[in-house]
Amino acid sequence: MPLLLLGIVTIAFCISRLIPADPLASIVGERQLNNEKIVAAAKTRWGLNGSLPEQYLVYVKNLIKGDLGTSFRTRQPVTHDLMNRLPATLELAGGALLVGGVGGVALGAYAASKKDKPADHFSRLFSLLGSSLPVFWIGLVFLFLLYARLGWFPGPGRLPPRTRPPDHVTGFYTVDSLLDGNFTLFRQCLWRLVMPCFVLGWAYMGQLSRLVRAAMLDEINSDYVRTARAKGLPERLVMRRHVLRNAWLPTLTILGFSFAQLLTASVLTETIFQWNGIGSYAVQAANTLDFPAVNGVSLFAGLAFLLANLATDVLYAVADPKIRLA
Amino acid sequence: MTQASIDPGTMSVEAVPRSTWTSPWKRPTVIGGLIVAIFWLIVVFTVQWWAPYGPLEAVGKRLQPPSRHHLLGTDALSRDVFTRTLYGARQTLPVSVAVIVTAVSIGTVLGSIAGFVGGRIESVIMRLVDITLAFPPIFLAMAVAAALGSGLRNAFVAMVIVWWPIYARLLRGQVQAVKHRDHIQAAVSIGATRARILRKHVLPLSFTPALINMTLDLGQVVILTATLSFLGLGAKPPSPEWGAMITDGAQFFYQWWIAVAPGLAILTVGMAFNFLGDGLRDALDVRAKR
Repeated sequence: MPLLLLGIVTIAFCISRLIPADPLASIVGERQLNNEKIVAAAKTRWGLNGSLPEQYLVYVKNLIKGDLGTSFRTRQPVTHDLMNRLPATLELAGGALLVGGVGGVALGAYAASKKDKPADHFSRLFSLLGSSLPVFWIGLVFLFLLYARLGWFPGPGRLPPRTRPPDHVTGFYTVDSLLDGNFTLFRQCLWRLVMPCFVLGWAYMGQLSRLVRAAMLDEINSDYVRTARAKGLPERLVMRRHVLRNAWLPTLTILGFSFAQLLTASVLTETIFQWNGIGSYAVQAANTLDFPAVNGVSLFAGLAFLLANLATDVLYAVADPKIRLA
Repeated sequence: MTQASIDPGTMSVEAVPRSTWTSPWKRPTVIGGLIVAIFWLIVVFTVQWWAPYGPLEAVGKRLQPPSRHHLLGTDALSRDVFTRTLYGARQTLPVSVAVIVTAVSIGTVLGSIAGFVGGRIESVIMRLVDITLAFPPIFLAMAVAAALGSGLRNAFVAMVIVWWPIYARLLRGQVQAVKHRDHIQAAVSIGATRARILRKHVLPLSFTPALINMTLDLGQVVILTATLSFLGLGAKPPSPEWGAMITDGAQFFYQWWIAVAPGLAILTVGMAFNFLGDGLRDALDVRAKR
């Protein structure tokens, strides 16, 4: 685990430093590259002096202090930028997890109980669509149909146009607007979350429902299910209390992995829905060669992924009585 | 294991009659997937002879809705969207296939060495795999693509870096499972070299899951290629790459046809390979049959 962490740090560093693209050019601008004074000043300012191993040491030392460097683009510390944008991403990801998690389990369980019937085929098609549709495209299509054409849902962005964000307390607009006692704003923020959360949750839902379905079908043939049925339990209870309970475990193992999927999709969802979160920050950083920011985001994502996997392991141990940690 | 012996529904590999092995190929989804895949393959090789226009050629007025002359309308530079979508296959598909083939080659070599040789070599390779897999793919691909600069070739490198560890891990597990079988012992006892045993006796038995994964992954790689281009890190305009075309289309929100066509193209490819992969899995891997 610590080794993995170090590995992540090292790779993030390598990617950002061993590159043909010249970060200096993006700081001082092409025209100033010949101006030695400016170049030297920029080098000192951004820690580009010294050999690579020296730079690496400085980098790790700063990292331990929680300093990810300063973004070339926003001229703010990367940590500060990330923290500013984290609530937006969490709001989106939380909603998507809710949609995807509840929807995925329900859909998978339903499909398993109706195996090979039209409902099963339909739900499988729905989940397959979720995983083969390019997220950025479906986001556009939804925006076009549901916002521009039908007007059922509000447009992109976290807030209605020309609206002041609620006072910054937590950074979550939904929570902050409630704390302000501004219920109209709360409703608007919530309503704006619906479409991006669904787009993001769909990809997740597809994967989850396929897994739940497969896991449930594995369980359905076992003896205890036959016993439960023989006792005369209603099918609904057999499915919910017996089959789904046991199908949880294989589903859990994939959670960490699908979290990565969620992160991927959130980058695109944020871009399409003009959501000022970590994902859109990453895209802007990558496109402007803002390497402290790219670096910080990769590191952050790697860390989040690591934690998700850890959480999965812990959950797994809690959920499965057969596993006892020594 | 106990399940298999009790439950008459799950038979062991040997007990399955030959005829059921081919049955997935009669499923409509698999046939549909095959047809779509073959269609795009034909497009890739022959589009220059039958596409109505050139991919970069300005024809007629700009931003025309779909009509008889322009099946999917025209874009902002009055190019024919239908033609560009067809030509897009030539950008996205070869790159995706190349990514998969390269990733599988690297993954197979490193993974099978790790599984077969073991020891320190194995732990070095597998730590590398763990670390690479510790990054969510999109961020790694974005970081690499950004570092190398945009362009389809650099996107290719980025995607190979993302994808090889998956195959390395897969092959290692397979090789480990196979290497203790009796026929390997037999090969060792008649003095075959390790390289030969790995090549002739272990790999042929270990490769099936990788083959299934390759098919399933191809759809995912197509999406990732388009994604990187969409984010401005892959193919650049004016090249008719599907993701780049969607970026174009996103700027002309009310001219929906510009973005819809390449999206549908990605969708058909993604679904086709999903169906094909599922069929292949059912055909080759009896355990997953249901």
